[in-house]
Amino acid sequence: MSDIERLSYDVVVVGAGGSGLRAAIEARLAGKRTAVISKSLFGKAHTVMAEGGCAAAMGNVNPNDNWQVHFRDTMRGGKFLNNWRMAELHAKEAPERVWELEAWGAVFDRTPEGKISQRNFGGHQYPRLAHVGDRTGLEMIRTLQQKVVALQQEDARQHGDPEAMIKVFAETTITRLLKDSDAIAGAFGYIRESGRFVIFEAPAVILATGGIGKTFKISSNSWEYTGDGHALALLAGAKLLNMEFVQFHPTHMVWPLSVRGLLVTESVRGDGGVLRNSQGRRFMFDYVPDVFRDQYAETEEEADRWYADPDHNRRPPELLPRDEVARANNAEVKAGRGSPHGGVFLDIASRLPAEEILRRLPSMHHQFKELADVDITKEPMEVGPAQHYVMGGVEVDPDTGQSAVPGLFAAGEVSGGMHGSNRLGGNSLSDLLVFGRRAGIGAAEYLDRLGHKRPVVDEGQVASARAEALAPLDRAGGENPYEVHAAVQETMSSLVGIIRTEEEIKTALAELEKLRERAARVSAEGGSAYNPGWHLALDLRNIMLIADCVAQAALERQESRGGHTRNDFPQMSPEWRQVNLICSLADDRASITRQPMPSMRADLMALFERPELKKYFTEGELPPAPEETH
Amino acid sequence: MGEKVTLLVWRGDAGAGDIVEYQVEVNEGEVVLDVLHRLQATQAGDLAVRWNCKAGKCGSCSMEINGRPRLACMTRMSTFEPGEAITVTPMRTFPVIRDLVTDVSFNYAKARQIPSFSPDPSVALGEFRMQQVDVQRSQEFRKCIECYLCQNVCHVIRDHEENMPAYAGPRFLMRIAELEMHPADTADRRTIAQDEFGLGYCNITKCCTEVCPEHIKITDNALIPLKERVVGRKYDPLVWLGSKITRRGHRDTPAVPSKRDTA
Amino acid sequence: MTQSATAPQEAAPGRTRAQIAARTLRRDRWWRSPAVTAAYLGAVVVYLTWASLVNADYAYGAYISPLYSPCLATTCTPGDSSFFLIPWVSVLTPAIIIIGGPMGFRLTCYYYRKAYYRAFWRSPASCAVREPHAKYTGETRLPLILQNLHRYFFWIALAFNAFLTYDAVVAFRAVAVVGHQHVAGAWGHMGLGTLVLVINAALLWLYSLSCHACRHAIGGRLKHFSKHPVRYRMWTMVSRLNSRHMELAWISLTWVLLTDLYIRLVASGVITDPRFF
Repeated sequence: MSDIERLSYDVVVVGAGGSGLRAAIEARLAGKRTAVISKSLFGKAHTVMAEGGCAAAMGNVNPNDNWQVHFRDTMRGGKFLNNWRMAELHAKEAPERVWELEAWGAVFDRTPEGKISQRNFGGHQYPRLAHVGDRTGLEMIRTLQQKVVALQQEDARQHGDPEAMIKVFAETTITRLLKDSDAIAGAFGYIRESGRFVIFEAPAVILATGGIGKTFKISSNSWEYTGDGHALALLAGAKLLNMEFVQFHPTHMVWPLSVRGLLVTESVRGDGGVLRNSQGRRFMFDYVPDVFRDQYAETEEEADRWYADPDHNRRPPELLPRDEVARANNAEVKAGRGSPHGGVFLDIASRLPAEEILRRLPSMHHQFKELADVDITKEPMEVGPAQHYVMGGVEVDPDTGQSAVPGLFAAGEVSGGMHGSNRLGGNSLSDLLVFGRRAGIGAAEYLDRLGHKRPVVDEGQVASARAEALAPLDRAGGENPYEVHAAVQETMSSLVGIIRTEEEIKTALAELEKLRERAARVSAEGGSAYNPGWHLALDLRNIMLIADCVAQAALERQESRGGHTRNDFPQMSPEWRQVNLICSLADDRASITRQPMPSMRADLMALFERPELKKYFTEGELPPAPEETH
Repeated sequence: MGEKVTLLVWRGDAGAGDIVEYQVEVNEGEVVLDVLHRLQATQAGDLAVRWNCKAGKCGSCSMEINGRPRLACMTRMSTFEPGEAITVTPMRTFPVIRDLVTDVSFNYAKARQIPSFSPDPSVALGEFRMQQVDVQRSQEFRKCIECYLCQNVCHVIRDHEENMPAYAGPRFLMRIAELEMHPADTADRRTIAQDEFGLGYCNITKCCTEVCPEHIKITDNALIPLKERVVGRKYDPLVWLGSKITRRGHRDTPAVPSKRDTA
Repeated sequence: MTQSATAPQEAAPGRTRAQIAARTLRRDRWWRSPAVTAAYLGAVVVYLTWASLVNADYAYGAYISPLYSPCLATTCTPGDSSFFLIPWVSVLTPAIIIIGGPMGFRLTCYYYRKAYYRAFWRSPASCAVREPHAKYTGETRLPLILQNLHRYFFWIALAFNAFLTYDAVVAFRAVAVVGHQHVAGAWGHMGLGTLVLVINAALLWLYSLSCHACRHAIGGRLKHFSKHPVRYRMWTMVSRLNSRHMELAWISLTWVLLTDLYIRLVASGVITDPRFF
């Protein structure tokens, strides 16, 4: 196997988006030699597509904001299925992580006092999202990229080699994690450009690969989102948590077809945009669920007053959490009140002056103008829901990000628990920073504990990883990977999409069974150098595995909650709230087991009023009822 | 279904290659990248195309379409005449890896030589105070998605490969301008902008601005203001005289040692 | 050959660009704009050369051609912006000397540089069109490094603007006949020529103030706009003008030529100056 390049590092970070880079920076700051594996070019990761902002309770715009309020909002948004410890850490640490970015050169929009400006977003009680127009993700990835460069410059001065301590492997894909008995020993992959195989020998691997969007047909995610980290973790023996929770973001472009699924930022609504059906009705007032009834306006007048006077009015229902809005959009279209191209209307043109729209939403204006010939300062947008995020992911220890496998860590979208059944907008970017850093520290501490007993890469595993990767190239005349991929996406979108039923999920599982056989026979024409057909053939294994996990978990959970809506079980059930569904691998097949939800710490529980908790918890879990004291 | 279009795609790898003709189906509202994807899925599974977000936000799918540097994901098929053949070639300035994919590592090497953001170290986290009017110039430049189309089109290196060591290109001269205008930055990169990064090579012919998919006014707002700042530091006899008379010592920030010094 | 010293180690050795022989694959009429620019600028140079060498018919009454102002020569008539500074230059033709100032300003102007680098030097003629030169050093060495003196020409141009503004004001004086000469007479006159000169001065101010060096000096050089609100406001206004710098460059240049032509036609008696009051 002399065709395999061997490299040795302390920490290997798989993924170069927000969480990956943040983790790598922290590992390097802890003095560990760190490799960052990027599936695309450095600085192109999917994080660039985040638009609205990064949620952090800095209280710059509304001083009433603090971590407790943010924690409450996050738990409500996730319908209390969140890992409470993660939600707590996230709410407490997000402000410092944002300020850190500022010190590394991020240029956020400012308040009149010169502080970081914060904007309103769905589910957040106060203006909380640090932002840069509507391109916050780009700002974040660029800042982290430039921080990596700054560290490399330090290393160039100190060691004479900028890549002495932290090196980015662009366009490199990991296909297998390597283990030494139970513990992580390294990772196996290929370099896209040359097709050469490479082994990273490292005792600690941090997965930061993002989501699973390419499992679905209409998704706002980029091509990289093939669930690599989810699948790598499964294959290495780790567990996935609550994979049935898939976020369908309510507003994406629906026309032209080629851009169907392109994200329309929630900031449009945060800045005053409203949703209307073909009859011109602001239909969100009809869709406020009981659990949120007290917090949202009941009339258009009250909703409109809220923008100027949030302390004395309730929020407009357009700013409900994403799952609610997505379902409402879906229902309006199904009821025949949709827009000409099968969406609903999102109107900002009649709500803000043109120059204000251009200032606050420049890339939305650009996107609609260039791709759909729609001027959003003059006409409404046509939008509809599309797959956007997966709340489920690798089960990790909240404080360190370590999975069930020693040496294997996960952070960001690939990890699970933080967002419960539904993620609030803006909580993703802060999640990346908070838990990226924690995973970096976790990995560094793991290495310190390990001392000199570094795990050794097993050559048998290397040989089989190599054979597995070469198989599609060696096979001739097999299935076309593009066709199999399209079939999986079609199955998942139409049968395990935004609204699910037992019957459809069972059909999907049967379809997936057939597709698995086809996927096992895919072949890729051409050689190994920069061959997208081959790359997709390899990604298919991950896509199939994850689709299976999602479908099985969706079948198992018999309730509707957040990013999982069952038409046959439309209610949210306090009993099901106590259940985490775990997907793990048994005999190379995904299987689902139930695991009890840890109970929330009393002081965190005390942040909520009892009547609210009653909507989510079983009576037995609730704190004792206070005595009537009238 | 849609109509067929003639696609002339450069295919090959380092050095050798040629234009290959394909007939591919096109549907309403599609962009060039959609058509390339259909070509991949139906006729040329191994066609190398670099892409990522397909939304004009990541800057991966830079290529040349009918000779013009463009993002394939933002070039709509409706902009071509019916029946017009479309030529798609890799960016010319960078070495080709395969088909439409080029080796853009030149840009990452340049990025690493520019002294990073250098705030006053005594400012505590969360204590930065910057006004919107002071950050908005840098913000314009930070819209950059690093598609490198400006680097590709710039004749200084496109037509004169030998200038590559001496010239950082519009993207990175703009990065210097961004840092120089950053209200919390304390370094002075004017001298190295000229001496190390080749600002003087720029003859402001504005092709960078013309191709920028983010519509950043690279020339007017970054390069020319940077040239004026450099004049103030290096070529203005009055400033020079003033600094001699008042003996005000000036500290230029040096360029970062790079591989070219150590390799 | 792509192995520049800066290429990092990841780049495989010997890797080359895609070899495409065509100078450009552009199919639009990319040659049109540089061709038009070249033709027009060429015509301007020819006219200016002729007009500055002819040394006659540049003044009529209070009107004086911008090419010959401020008047350095004894041939100027008393009453306009005559300085009689250097009696001997009338031999040389004053225009040749005068033109150096505004021409230096325009030659080093960031917009005109683009225009003539593209139109005449063809580096590049148009974007993504290979330029014909084997070597390129840009503005890094003599003589082009002198382009950096643009800001000095800016101040000189402002002085010329002051003279031409003075000329525009003086153009409100009537024509008096002294002997065979038409010289400046009483105030309170306005002819078409007055209007031409006023517009000329206004356009030149707009062109100069929209200049990049001006934008830098007035506020662009500052790091913190918030500490200089007045300069920031001025910078915003200059920036707005600056986005029209190209248009102003062409319009003001054309107008200077038209002004000279108009005065020449009036002075030589081909046309008479229509009088408003």
